[in-house]
Order: sequence, then C-alpha cells, then structure tokens
Amino acid sequence: MITTVLAQGGVEGSDPILNITIFGLFVVITLGIVIYVSRRATSSASDFYTAGGGFSGPQNGVAISGDYLSAASFLGIAGAIALNGYDGFLYSIGFLVAWLVALLLVAELLRNTGKYTMGDVLAFRMRHRPVRAAAATSTLAVSFFYLLAQMAGAGGLVALLLNITDGFGQSVVIAIVGAVMIAYVLIGGMRGTTWVQIIKAVLLIAGAGVMTIWVLALYGFNFSAVLADAVRAGGETGEALLNPGKQYGATAITQLDFLSLGLALVLGTAGLPHILMRFYTVPTAKEARRSVVWAIWLIGLFYVFTLVLGYGAGAMVGPDEIRAAPGGANSAAPLLAYELGGTVLLGIIAAVAFATILAVVAGLTITASASFAHDIYANVIKKGELTDPDEEVKIARITAIVIGVVAIAGGILANGQNIAFLVALAFAVAASANLPTILYSLFWKRFNTTGALWSIYGGLGTTVLLIVFSPVVSGKPVNPATGKSASMLQGVDFSWFPLDNPGIVSIPLSFLLGYIGTVLSKDVPNADKVAEMSVRSLTGVGVEKSVAH
Amino acid sequence: MSTTDPSPAAGTRDWQAIEVEPDFQELRRRLRSFVFPVTGLFLGWYVLYVLLATYAAPFMSIKVLGNINLGLLLGLLQFVSTFAITAWYVKFADRRLDPLSSKIRQEIQGVDK
Repeated sequence: MITTVLAQGGVEGSDPILNITIFGLFVVITLGIVIYVSRRATSSASDFYTAGGGFSGPQNGVAISGDYLSAASFLGIAGAIALNGYDGFLYSIGFLVAWLVALLLVAELLRNTGKYTMGDVLAFRMRHRPVRAAAATSTLAVSFFYLLAQMAGAGGLVALLLNITDGFGQSVVIAIVGAVMIAYVLIGGMRGTTWVQIIKAVLLIAGAGVMTIWVLALYGFNFSAVLADAVRAGGETGEALLNPGKQYGATAITQLDFLSLGLALVLGTAGLPHILMRFYTVPTAKEARRSVVWAIWLIGLFYVFTLVLGYGAGAMVGPDEIRAAPGGANSAAPLLAYELGGTVLLGIIAAVAFATILAVVAGLTITASASFAHDIYANVIKKGELTDPDEEVKIARITAIVIGVVAIAGGILANGQNIAFLVALAFAVAASANLPTILYSLFWKRFNTTGALWSIYGGLGTTVLLIVFSPVVSGKPVNPATGKSASMLQGVDFSWFPLDNPGIVSIPLSFLLGYIGTVLSKDVPNADKVAEMSVRSLTGVGVEKSVAH
Repeated sequence: MSTTDPSPAAGTRDWQAIEVEPDFQELRRRLRSFVFPVTGLFLGWYVLYVLLATYAAPFMSIKVLGNINLGLLLGLLQFVSTFAITAWYVKFADRRLDPLSSKIRQEIQGVDK
C-alpha cells in the first residue's frame, strides 16, 4: 500500500481531472459572484479596503471564520492530530481561546478608533509617520509568514491531488492559484474577497461536518471507539496518541517549546492584521462584537470536527500511510475523505482545501496592500497630502499584484513544510510585534510613540532573529528514513536558539520594551487626543454617524 | 485634519471635559472591571491547562470514559468555557454597556449638531 502510493506520487484513487473540474467550478462561480457584487462598488479607498463598512455582523462573522480557518487549521491540525494525537489538539484550543482576547479587549475599541489599518489606531494619538511606518512593517512581516504557510500548503496539495510530482508542474499550479487570487482582489476589493470567504467558510465547515458525522457513524457514534481504533492503527506507539507529550514531551527543551507555542497561539490572533482589518468591514462596534461571537461559534464547532477527523484519519488511514503520502501530515484529511467517500469526496474536499488557501491568501493580500498604500504611501511618503483620492487605491492594486507574485515565489520555495507549524510562527510574530502596541494604545494613557516603536520593532526583530537562528531554519538532525533534515536549510547548522517557537521570549520582551520605551521617553502624548481616543473607543462617536449618510 | 480621523468635523469638541463626566467614567469602569478580570481568568485557566499537558502528562492520561482521558476532557472544557464567556460578555454588554454608551454618544453628537 505504502509503496504504491509512493510509486504513483498522488493519492491512490485520486482522479486529477475530477479534482481540477470541481475546483475550476468553484473558481468560476466565485469569480462570477465577485464580479456581480463589485458592480455597485465605487473606486473609493473605503470601498476597496473595507467594502464601505457595509457588512452585517453575522456576514462578517462567517467571513472571519473563512479568513481564519486556513489550510493550517484544516489540513495542518487534522494531520497533527492524526500523527501526534493529543499534542496536535493544542493548536485547536489555542486558536479558539485566542478569540476571547479579540472579543473582550480589541474588536470593538479598534472598530471605533480606526478606519482601514492597524496604523490608523496607533496614529490616532501618536506621531503619524513613524508609527504608521512601524505598523506597516509588522503588518507586511506577519502577512508574509502567513502567506508562506498558505502557499506551502498549496504546493503539497498539488502534489497530492493533481498527481503532479515534478517541481516545475507544481510551480505552475501554485502560479495559477496565485493569479486567481490576484484577480479576486483586483476585481472585487474587500467586497469581493469577503464574499469568497463567506462561500468558502460555508463549504469548509459543511464539508468537515459531513466527514465528522460520517466517521462517527462508522463507529456507532462512539468517539471512544474512534480513539481505540486510532491506537490500534498506531501500532507500538499508538497508545501515546491519546496522551500529552508524544511530540513535545521528550525533553525539557521540547516541553518549553510546547509552552512557547501555546502562548503564541493564544496571543497571536488579536494581532493578526488580516483579522483586525475585518472589524472595519462592519458599521459599528456592536456589529463588530456580533461578528466575533459568530466567528467563535463557527470556529469552535470546526475545531471539534478536526479533532474527530484527525483521530479518524489516524484510525482509518493509519499514520504510516499518512507519513508516506506526498505532503506528509498535511494529507491526512484528504486521505480520510478518500477512505470515506472515494474519488468524488476526495475531489470535493480537495477543492474545498484549495478554496481555503485561495480565500485566506486573498484576505492577506488585501490587508498587506492596504497597509502599504494607506500607511506607507499615502501617509508616510505623501505625508497625507494626496490630491487625487483614486491614487491610493491605484497603489493598493499595484501592491496587491506585487504581493501576489511574492506569494507565488514563496510558495514554490516553502513547498513541503508543515503548515500548522509555519502559521504558528506567523502567530508568534503577530503576538510579539502587534498585540502589545494595540493593547497599550487602547488601555494605557501614557503610552507614546517611543514605546510603540520599541515594542513593534523590538518584538518583530527579536522574533525574526530567534526564528532565523532556531532549529526550524537549520540544524535539526537528519532523519535516516528520508535522508533529509526537518529544518528548512539542509547541510548547514547555524542555530543557537533551542526553541522552534520564539513566543515565550519575544512576547514578554515586546510588552516590556513598550513599557520601558514609554517610561524612558520624554515624549508626552497630546492630552486632548488621548481623551478623544478614550471617549471614541468606548462610545463610537464619529464612527456611527459617518455611516449614516 | 489627518486621515485617521473618521469624522473631520469632530475636532472641535472638548474631549477632556467629556472624559471626566460621571457617565463616561462609569462606562469605562464597567467595561474594565469586566474585561480585565475575565481576561485574567481565561488566560489563567488556559495556561494551567497547557502546564498540565506539559508537566503532568500522567495525570492528563487518566482515562475517564472509555478511551477519553482527562486531557481530552479538560481540552473540551476549554471549548465550553470559551463559549460560556462569549455568551456572558454579550449579555453583559447588552445590558450594562450599550445603553450607557449610546446615551453618551447621543449627548455628544446632539450637542454638536
């Protein structure tokens, strides 16, 4: 069985023509919808970035879950649970609990104090140009890591489902995915992107729901029986699947890594720029709250599904076959779909996974391009004195194309990495570079420009530095079975930081830097602006009126 | 006015005077006295859970129902507590925050017109 899978290169029973047809159908239908909804759009920045704030809470909540439930959640977590059992489950819990930070501390206040980007919130009462430049830098950095994770997933999926094994063929398909994504963003702006995310969220959650009920039905709706079968299929190490520590329990260092990962997951969400931007697509703080509530229910439900799917894949497909499949752990969910519903279900799930990558990448692209055009171009380079209002959107569109090309190139390079893990790195950057500054500027009167710059650049710099010198990039032992190291670079070792995830160091450090920078600086924030931000963040003055026209 | 300002006409209000008014102080007190302790609570409970999973693996491996062990049960309890806190906050915001914040908003924007 294992050898036939390897020989074929794709999943046995997979029908590439059928997979491409279903995915093509999704692209055609969503593109049609994108064109349809963008008829009414104007060329204004507000329309391109936030659909004019015209979505309702429930609509935005579904779109948020579409933006958030990336390929990492679906393929990555299901794979991590199938192979590492309980340790994979932590991702789900961290990704969900994190939403409470967004709900209680960030969503509503952010909606009331900004317009398009995180830079808006910081610039409210601090020196515009430096904080906008800093906010845009960290937004672009987080988006880059996140994009890399998604595109790496696309590569693995291509290998798995379209039976394309040579590097060139995979690169062509990644390029096509990137091109479709750019089309969504250029034609539809935030309005079109949001609808793609809504459709995708419904398909993904429904697809995962059907598979979950199917798996449970086969085991007489007894989850304990699914677990028992996963233990059996796991062979000698099967029992360890149920208990904590299979992946991270080996040494004190790996245990610390697990804590670090847990911290990055729970604090990262509320600092993810593409999630923050979604709060601006609704008209009021109350709608922002409703968005998060919808998102929490949908995302929570979905993670319960992935728990069953992960153990289900472990039980019905078996860890050996998953490991041997192209795409490794990421192929657990598609392989399970094939076990359950044959070629057709595999085709549908494959198309849903592609759609997932497409929608998340589109969301990231529009966020990164908004941040560059609005913060860097319009406010830093042009000092907020653009004469032609269409110029900013034009720049945003050009940026979107550039980011799309970078994403394609990154996807080709990062092909084959575990995507849940890459996303965890993006979370570490978001939690370190963005979250401290956002919380300080919303809740701490004295917080000033110096503090913001120290926290953003310090957090971002530390995180990136620690990742570069971590075992993720170089120096992991060579696996005798595959002859390759699990690190990104082969054959070199310049790592000195022992942990895979830097969160446990970089997040507290960034909070500390924000505090020290503020206290040491003589910079006193404008008292009137501070009062204005405080009143507006809690009451929505200005925002609620501005949508009434 | 800067591009950050959602409504340029608003620059003329005396924000510092509004900020010290009792209604606004009460609103801020209500919000903070809810979100800070609750954040402490759920983060504490989450960290406790991760610590247990890391350093008390034998405890988490105790089987409770068939093959379902304590680790899995406590993990699912994290889901339950997240849903519960969400519902609790929505109820709190509807009753204790929204009426007061819309009252203040109307007062401010009414004065201006």
